[in-house]
Amino acid sequence: MDSHNIPRTLPRFSATFDPHTLSEIRRAAATGIYDIRGGGAKRALPHFDDLLFLGASISRYPLEGYREKCATDVWLGTRHAKTPIHLKTPVTIAGMSFGALSGQAKEALGRGASLAGTSTTTGDGGMTPEERGQSQTLVYQYLPSRYGMNPDDLRKADAIEVVIGQGAKPGGGGMLLGQKISDRVAQMRNLPKGIDQRSACRHPDWTGPDDLEIKIEELREITDWEKPIYVKVGATRPYYDVALAVKSGADVVVLDGMQGGTAATQDVFIEHVGIPILAAIRPAVQALQDLGLHRKVQLIVSGGIRNGADMAKALALGADAVAIGTAALVALGDNDPVHEAEYEALGTVAGAYDDWHEGRDPAGVTTQDPELAARLDPVAAGRRLANYLAVMTLEAQTIARACGKSHLHNLEPEDLVALTIEAAAMARVPLAGTDWIPGRTAF
Amino acid sequence: MRVVDLADTTRRALNAELHALAPETNETRWRVENPGGQHALAVGLKAPVTVEIAGHAGYYCAGMNQLATVIVEGNAGVGVAENMMSGVVHVKGDASQSAGATAHGGLLVVDGDASARCGISMKGVDIVVKGSIGPRSAFMAQSGNLVVLGDAGDALGDSIYEARLFVRGAVKSLGADCVEKEMRDEHRDLLRRLLGRAGVEGVDVAEFKRFGSARALYNFHVDNAAAY
Repeated sequence: MDSHNIPRTLPRFSATFDPHTLSEIRRAAATGIYDIRGGGAKRALPHFDDLLFLGASISRYPLEGYREKCATDVWLGTRHAKTPIHLKTPVTIAGMSFGALSGQAKEALGRGASLAGTSTTTGDGGMTPEERGQSQTLVYQYLPSRYGMNPDDLRKADAIEVVIGQGAKPGGGGMLLGQKISDRVAQMRNLPKGIDQRSACRHPDWTGPDDLEIKIEELREITDWEKPIYVKVGATRPYYDVALAVKSGADVVVLDGMQGGTAATQDVFIEHVGIPILAAIRPAVQALQDLGLHRKVQLIVSGGIRNGADMAKALALGADAVAIGTAALVALGDNDPVHEAEYEALGTVAGAYDDWHEGRDPAGVTTQDPELAARLDPVAAGRRLANYLAVMTLEAQTIARACGKSHLHNLEPEDLVALTIEAAAMARVPLAGTDWIPGRTAF
Repeated sequence: MRVVDLADTTRRALNAELHALAPETNETRWRVENPGGQHALAVGLKAPVTVEIAGHAGYYCAGMNQLATVIVEGNAGVGVAENMMSGVVHVKGDASQSAGATAHGGLLVVDGDASARCGISMKGVDIVVKGSIGPRSAFMAQSGNLVVLGDAGDALGDSIYEARLFVRGAVKSLGADCVEKEMRDEHRDLLRRLLGRAGVEGVDVAEFKRFGSARALYNFHVDNAAAY
């Protein structure tokens, strides 16, 4: 046989040493430093897509899609605060800093959230007047670095969120690289311009849950017990962390899974520390139930929430609300293919751009460059965010009505089944078509 | 002088009364009897009044202080004057950990010793400790001045930014990127003013050494990875 006619196998990439892995090895070998990027875990993880709603049929009555009421409002901070928060829809905007984001992006988040009747959140770097001015309900983060922390802003806040950790990097601090430290960012953080700003991973004046309880008491005393106090944790050991947050006096617990984004962290940290939000919700809810405080201490979950179905599934598993970060930035205009040529010039493509720490975002969202930031119109971007939040809410209502629920909070685990054994075990709902909840019931 | 006895008044009532004071109030002198080491005493004050605490205070005494003068006649617990913006906090006894943590302004004076992490992440406050300070003090200290008449513990000024540290006694060890710096006339003048504001007399500024940032770790570089 002519050797040219022998059939040949196709070139085959290793599943273990796939092209991305190979490229990372080459990058590490060339630079001697780990990869830093923004965003959350990019690998495939068990997620809400692995759950399905059952819907009503003969054994359950649905509600009429365009006629019958399905309420969406949520109260947050009813445990101790004199002035709890009432939102029209249970999807909030997660904490993201001025510094990581442009002033225009922060303003747009406030505008969008206010139009939708929900809250937005400050970040590591303090509260800007634009953000306060455009945010009907603003949650003020209390972070280990205490950049920009001052009692005047604390009193202006509608709620206070004590940040212990975030899903992208539980146990890690932050780093805002020098190229994003403009004069204004430097001034707000009491540091020189152009230097890397490290955010500590531990709070400077308390250690452990007993101290946290006293710290929360102090914050309540300073603000005369008016404001709800949230405690935010990255999802790692959710049962114990939620129980300890509650013991420390939290009104609301925010639980962030590993798909939740960060402004800048090592890729190895983002991809290998923490657990997916799907695996974290039920243990968190279990902790609240064991303490007799489910729905009394509210649970907000985040990390990879993309649409009304994700929101409905999170609520059905027992959350009181969800928070979005990455999705909100995309709604503002981040990673839009309209900037494809510029993303390619940065060595990436629209949709994959994650070098947020470098501050060269052509969409004007994750930058402090005045020219790039000016590309984002806060009014139009806020409108897009409000539209997106409205769609999420409508989608969740559509699902809830199909399950016969007159309020999103009436969704329950019984409405759900899982497509995979892993998701069934994590969400503690049966594998579709069976009664089997791995680890809970016999097959 | 207004006297509040915490033997028969709650902390909540005390703090609420202090918060209700207008900036131009005539009730400028307050004395808190029987503090009993309670936490969060005289926190969040924002009027130019003087509050004497007649005994020991617990955690976070005078936290986030603005304009007020708070005098603790005993010892103070963790985080005294944490995140202070302005005003004066004077501890006549010893202070526990994290005294003056993240404080942006004002003056904190400790007549006795201060424990670990004194001045951690300080952001502009002036701190004068007449005794010694514990380990890891001035960690990530951003700006302001820390004056210590006694000794300093291990890892002083680790990862320090632009804060200035003046120590009269021995320094057990310096943290990453913290170095001894030359004392020039401007620093001696500054130190004299700080000692004067803290009521310290008869101390020669020539006995102090100055420490601050070598600024070698201000921008991350892989060649410095072993320093972190």
